[in-house]
Amino acid sequence: MSLMTPLNRVLGLGTAKGAAEHWWLQRVTAVALLPLGLWFAYELLTLPGFDHASVVAWVREPATSILLVLFVVAVGYHSSLGIQVVVEDYVTGKGLRAATLMASTLAHVGLTIAAVFSVLKIAFGS
Amino acid sequence: MHGVQRPLSPYWIYRWEITMWLSSLHRITGLLLSLGAVVLGIWLIAAASGPDSFATVSGLVGSAWFKPLLVGWTFCFFFHLANGVRHLAWDAGYGFDPKRIRASGWTVVVVTFVATAAFSYAAIV
Repeated sequence: MSLMTPLNRVLGLGTAKGAAEHWWLQRVTAVALLPLGLWFAYELLTLPGFDHASVVAWVREPATSILLVLFVVAVGYHSSLGIQVVVEDYVTGKGLRAATLMASTLAHVGLTIAAVFSVLKIAFGS
Repeated sequence: MHGVQRPLSPYWIYRWEITMWLSSLHRITGLLLSLGAVVLGIWLIAAASGPDSFATVSGLVGSAWFKPLLVGWTFCFFFHLANGVRHLAWDAGYGFDPKRIRASGWTVVVVTFVATAAFSYAAIV
């Protein structure tokens, strides 16, 4: 689905540097995070213990692994989009802004992938 | 520039209203939750790395001085969630008239404090 006006699409420019898609994905991840966030909060409350064995046993349950991966990806995406808006609002200067945006994206992608990998390693590993 | 009266941002010339407080707070709690997500990421990575790494991280996260941070993130979580629902309702075109926008704002405040207190209490018990 494209929310760009036909004129913008023809000209290939305008203020909409993918803003419509950014706005939409911020909402999609927000809606996903409503149940996922509440699930995660509930799980933290009902976890038998916070020692390594208890946490690993919890992460290894298939339902937990799947929901945890979904939660981590949704958080990473939602956070990346949110931080981007804040940076664009407050960081002035073209170079500094570009560098901050790039650092934020790299950090978000890096940590999200590391967290997903960790969940999968626990789920599949010994 | 000398003596020129330029228009100021509404944040400086309007009397502060609940809607403005909550708007700023949505952004601030969002930023703080991003920091919390970093801790969550490190916690998961440590769990996958083994008992020794996990002991180091959980020693830090479970320490007494970290408790206020956890309560703070709980507050941020419930506020951002409740106010996020408010934002989604606006996106769908509901709740814009001044009376309802203030009522939903105060509802978010009450929900946030009740949920934060209930969660913190349940976490201790």
